[in-house]
Order: sequence, then structure tokens, then C-alpha cells
Amino acid sequence: MSQTFKIRKGHDIKLVGSAPITDLGRITASTYAVTPLDFPGITPKLAVKAGTQVKAGDTLFFDKDRPEVKICSPVSGEVAEVKRGAKRKILAVLILADSDITYADHGAFSFSGGTREDAEAHFGTTGVGAFITSRPYGVAASMSEKPRAIFVNGIQSGPLAGDLAYQLTGKEKSIVTAVKALKLMTEGTVYVSHDADQAPIEALQSLEATHITFSGKHPKGLVGTQIAQTAPLNKGEIVWTVNAIDLPTIGAAFETGEYRPEYRITVAGSKVINAGYANALQGVSLAQFLSANVNTDNTRVISGDVLTGSKIENDGFLSFGQSQLTAIPEGNTTEFFGWVLPGFGKFSTNRAFWSWLFPNREYDLDTNMHGEERAFVVTGEYEKFIPMDIFPQQLLRSILIGDIEKMEQLGIYEVVPEDFALAEVACTSKLPLQEIVRNGLNDLRKEMI
Amino acid sequence: MKFVQNIFDQTRPLVEKDGKRNILYPLHNAIETMAFVPDHTAHSGAHVRDAIDLKRTMVTVIFAMVPALLFGMWNIGRLHFGAFGEESTLLDNVIFGAIKLLPLIIVTYAAGLGVEIYFSWKRNHPVNEGFLVSGLLIPLIMPVDIPLWMVAVSTIFAVLIGKEVFGGTGMNLLNPALTARAFAFFAYPTWMSGDKVWINTTSTEGSQLVDGYSGATALGDLATTVGQGMGNPATETVMAQFGPEGTYSLANAFLGLIPGSIGETSAALILLGGLFLVFKGVGSWRIMVSFFIGGFVMAAIFSAFAVNEFMGLNPLHQLMLGGFMFGMVFMATDPVSASQTATGKLIYGFLAGFFGIMIRVFNPAYPEGIMLAILFMNVMAPLIDHYVVEANVKRRAKRLANA
Repeated sequence: MSQTFKIRKGHDIKLVGSAPITDLGRITASTYAVTPLDFPGITPKLAVKAGTQVKAGDTLFFDKDRPEVKICSPVSGEVAEVKRGAKRKILAVLILADSDITYADHGAFSFSGGTREDAEAHFGTTGVGAFITSRPYGVAASMSEKPRAIFVNGIQSGPLAGDLAYQLTGKEKSIVTAVKALKLMTEGTVYVSHDADQAPIEALQSLEATHITFSGKHPKGLVGTQIAQTAPLNKGEIVWTVNAIDLPTIGAAFETGEYRPEYRITVAGSKVINAGYANALQGVSLAQFLSANVNTDNTRVISGDVLTGSKIENDGFLSFGQSQLTAIPEGNTTEFFGWVLPGFGKFSTNRAFWSWLFPNREYDLDTNMHGEERAFVVTGEYEKFIPMDIFPQQLLRSILIGDIEKMEQLGIYEVVPEDFALAEVACTSKLPLQEIVRNGLNDLRKEMI
Repeated sequence: MKFVQNIFDQTRPLVEKDGKRNILYPLHNAIETMAFVPDHTAHSGAHVRDAIDLKRTMVTVIFAMVPALLFGMWNIGRLHFGAFGEESTLLDNVIFGAIKLLPLIIVTYAAGLGVEIYFSWKRNHPVNEGFLVSGLLIPLIMPVDIPLWMVAVSTIFAVLIGKEVFGGTGMNLLNPALTARAFAFFAYPTWMSGDKVWINTTSTEGSQLVDGYSGATALGDLATTVGQGMGNPATETVMAQFGPEGTYSLANAFLGLIPGSIGETSAALILLGGLFLVFKGVGSWRIMVSFFIGGFVMAAIFSAFAVNEFMGLNPLHQLMLGGFMFGMVFMATDPVSASQTATGKLIYGFLAGFFGIMIRVFNPAYPEGIMLAILFMNVMAPLIDHYVVEANVKRRAKRLANA
């Protein structure tokens, strides 16, 4: 039985340059990179150094505080360089890939008689445990945690999101295996969410799990929204979240014991020459692909979507856990009296501009802030984009003053930065909401451990 | 627009950190960001942003005030020429009004922005847009004949004590415009009440005030009926003015053809501004609607248990007088000093309207009860929010206990 929730709060940001179902081929390159920056909450400790030969699935680095959280190499080859920044902070591990990938064999997992402990070990050694995010805090999960529930997010509703059904085609078998493995990890419920406004995805519909359906606006595709609607997170509880697109990688690791983070990624945005879908291994160098496929002049390339993705350089790498590439123009130009003009063509979630007359228009948005940062002035604005029973502005204030007790009372356990992304877009005062929430979660975590 | 940009680029070295005129940097920055929306791009979090910013929000409020402002200007002239029984055209009225009103606006902006710029320089942050609105609100809630220096002193007091001591725009407890008015009201009472200041009667040679001229406001006249009981023949002349044919008839009060503070008289045009604000999503409909209901409920209670003619006034008529409508649309809705939660806004608005009428009628020495009620509710707003937020906290705690 599936329950349907209607999400009324939120906003669908419509952008030009959505991806048609076109195969752009395979992105290949000789260098790959894995960066600890993709894993909030991890203090990386290296397991390799420059010159080490690795196989795909060998550990590159792990969390200093929780050594069981391992991040593995997507390819085999030689570690070319460990890039470091200020205070020797590890920025990336670069790998020069072999032409033929060899895989570390962690052994297939036997489900008959397989216990939770066995699954726990298998998640750890194969590195696919890193695809599981743990809430509260929104960090890579430690397999020793006992989650109350596991949410598999089968909705992609962000700006220019890809067609998940197409992205998962041909990987049905591993998906089933992955969910079987997840079920071993919790005594609670495994939820799978579905988008009521899209054609049903057969591979997910047929899974043995509790199905929940969402219709309406973004952020229906944020797992935070789905948890808040189903059973909000309380203090002391843990839930795990997994994106459906990562299930095949998890499943493959259990079927074959090999680490194959292979994705059909969405390539979209107004600066993309050919939008569509490309096959790629996580961590692949995008330099060649971008120079051929994206108009890189004054362009921001984003690994992920425009709400939560991270900016990458024109010679950057495909980030961990991201299956979307977006390219939009940089907005580094001034606008003469832009704040007084009627603004018929301006994107706004607000009726203060006359563009509200055209609700279905697709916008070619750039990265301009459209104003300077200010203190909180407008009230009741964030609430329109966060379908949860929390007071966003009050929560943000408690984070800014570092009042841990107040944060807890106001529901910081229920949120991760991405839940504030839409509010951040709409914010009149141009405040960095996601950064504030991330800092708050980090402070809280420091306090609790 | 390249040449405008060039002017800013060329003058910038003069005001930058090591420049000779560093104190003017906030002013330079304010004018530049007004002329050009800056080229800043998103550095953290979301990569695209809504086109709205605080400047847009504030200018929307200013647009909403324009009808009331223009009407006020015209009304200044109309009342002035009317007092002398002279014929005047629309243009005469507006020109006379402009001569009176523009100096008020200029002085307010100069005084307020001067303080703002000083603090911006001192604290090293950009000039905030808040005063764009406050600077226009203050002249609209002053009597036409108030001396300019009083407006300047009141404005400086309001920005300094009402806003900057708390940390500037966004941090203030009280509505700065109302703080200015409250200061003027208590510091210079003879210039803020009575029957001398609402209509300009500076006479030109040979002209004389018409027979029976009174410069009082509707509320001033109503206050004289207090203590006289209902139906007292002594109050008949006053109450006749509130009849359908009188100066303060419901229609006149609604349209604004009565004396009063410059921008507050025309309920119709203020309402138009209010609808505009609500439609644009800038003003809170919750506050406006609950404010109106609060005032109406109080006026209706008074009217049902009236012991004098002031109390007995038709509730709707009561709300069209004085600063009620202006307070409802432009003052109570200030997002910083109002309640911040949706439920809180309903409570806050209701009580502000309720107390406004109560103060006005119970204490006729304070005809501007609305101002005091809103300031009082400004102070109470954090308390209201506290209980609303606390309810959410309790709900969460209960969920935890049941889990």
C-alpha cells in the first residue's frame, strides 16, 4: 500500500536547457580524482600515498574518527598526487587510471544466512557504505549505527533533474539486491519514495519495501521533506538515506564484491552545447568532455543541480554521489537600476516583479546575487519553501548565536543544508542559509561526540 | 550607462580605505548599488538567486505610499485655500502642498541618512535600505505646520535610539517612523496636537480666515464630547459634523477630505496601497486583516456600551478617522518590529488594532492611540513570538516523548 503526500510549499525552478533522452556516449579520461570535500563530517586519513598502485575498490582514505567509513578508488592505477591546501588539508587524491580496470575482489555476499554483521562488514570493505547518508548531521553513515529507518529516495525534482527511469534502465537486478542488503541493516522500515507526477519507475515500484508517493512541487525530491512528512526525526534517532541512483553501485558490490560506481549522468543547462545523458565513472576528469560539450566562456559548471551542487573548474572531476552536470552563465555583470524596473523577464518566487504574469516560463538564469547581503528583515519568507513543521528563521538565528539547546528544540535534527536551498534562493537578504545550517550541524556534532 | 559606471569607478579611490574621504564610502557604495545592481555572484550554496532584494522590497512599499502622498499634498493646498474661503484649482492645491511637503521629506531624508551613513562608516557595513521607507513615512505622519527642525530632531532621535543602538536595520525593536512621531508628540505637544497645526493658515495680504473656521481634527472634536453623556444638546453641533452632510462624514473620512497628518487622511488610497502590498507579497495580509478586525471589535464594543458620543460613533466611521488605516497598512506591517511568526502576526495585529481604538477613546488627550498601540505591540511582539515558537518546541518534545 502506498501513501500519497501532496507538497504544496516549495517552488519548481524552471530553467532552459533540460536534457532530452539522448545518449552522449561515454566520458573517458586518464585521470580520476576523489575529494574528501564531497564528504561533510569526515576527517580524512590517507590509506595511500603518491606512487601507490591501487585497484578499483581499494581504500583511498577513511574517516579518522570512524575508521570503518572508507572511501574507495573508482578505478585501478597509480596514485599520481595527493593535492593539499592550506594547513596540509587534503583536497583530492588523483589517480592515473589503467587502460583496463582491475577490481579488488571483496567476494560476493551470500544472502542465505547472511547476518547484519556480515552485511555491515561488506558495506565497509567494498566502500559502498559511503553512499549512505546518516541523519541527523547529513554525513556519511557509519555502518555500526542502528538506523530507525532507511529512506530510498526515488524522486529527482530539482532544477533540470534527469529522468531517473532512464538513468536506472538496465540496472534493475542490482537495485533489488541493494534493497535486500539495506533491509539487513535496520530493524525498522525501509521506505522507497515515488514521484506521483512522473511515469512510475518499474524497478522501484516492484521493490519489497514500504512505498511512499509524493506529488506537487520541489522539494518533494528532497529526502528531508519525505522524512518530515512520513515520520519526523527526533533527538537521539538515526535514519539513513540513499538516493535510488546509487542503488546499482551498492547492489553490484553485493553481487560481485566489486566497486563499480558507474552512472548515467544528466548533462543540462543553458551553456551546454549538447544536452543529454552520458555514461561515466564517478571521479572521472571532465576536462575533455567539458571543452567539447560545454560553452565554457564565462560559465559556471556545477557538479549537481543549481540548488545544492558544487562549483567545479573547467578541468574538474565528477563529484562523488552526483549524477548531474549543470552549466549556466556566470552573472558577473552589473544591471542599471535593476531593482526599480518592472522586471517582466526576471526570475522571482515573489510577485514583486511582473514576471509573475508568466508562471510557466523557463529562465536562463545566471549566478548573479541580484543584491547585497543584509540582515534578516523580511519574515515568513522561508516558511513558504520548507514543508516541515519548523520555524526556519528562528532556527537559523539560534545557529548564528551558537545556542545548541535552542537548535535542538527548534528541530535542527530534522534538517540538512539542502532543505534550506530553495529558501536560500528566495532570501531577500541574500544570506548563505545552507552554509549556516552546515555550520550549525558541525557545531552540534562536535558537542555530541 | 558606461559613463555613469565610470564616474563611480573614478571616485572610488577617494573614498576607499586609504582615501581622503573614507567617511563617504557608505554613501558612495549606497548610490552605486542603487544605480547598478552589483556584479556579485553566488559563492556558497545555491548558484542561482531570486531577483528580489531589500531595495526592491522597500521600493515596492514606497510605490504603495505614492497615492496617499500625492493626495496628502493636494489636501494640504485644498485645506489651506479653503480656510480662507479662496477658490483654488487642482494645480494650485498640489503646488502649495508640494511647497510645504517637499522640505519635510528632504529634511527627514537628510537627517536620517546622515545618521545612517555615520554608523555605516563606523561599523564598516553598507547603508541599509530600511530608511528609504522610514524617511518617507515620517513626513506623512506629521502635521503640516510642524517646524522643520523638530522633524530633523525627531528623525535623528528615531534612527539613533530607535534603530542604531540595537544594531541597525533588522535589529530594531520599535518601528523607527513611529518612534520619530512619538518623540515629536511628547517633546513638542503643542506642535503635534490641538487645532493650530493641521491646516496651514499663513495668510497672504488681504486674506482672512472664513467665519467659523476651525483647524481641529475629527478626533480633536470628538474628544470634546467626552464626559457630556449621550444625546447632550451641548454636543449637537460637534456631532452634526459627523452626519452625512457634515465635514467629517463617513464619505469624507473614507476619501480623506478631512484635516489630519499629511498622509493619513485618505483611507481609500491607503487601502489601495495596502492591497498593492498584499498582492506583491511584501505586506502581511495577516497583520492588516487582524488589525482591522481588532479595531472593529473594540469600536463595536464601545458603540454597544456607549456613555458618550465618542464611544457611540459608528465602528466603521471610527476606523476611518485618525491614523488607524495608515497604521494598519504601513506601520504595523513593518516586518522587523512586528511579530515574525504567522500565528503571531494574527495576534499582534488584532491587539494593536484593539488597543489603538481603546487608547484613543479612553484617553482623549492621546488622539493618536494607534501610534502608541503599535509601539506597545512592537515591544510585545517578541513575547508573542516566544509563545508561538514555544508551542512548536513543545510539540516536538512531545513527539520525542512518545517515540
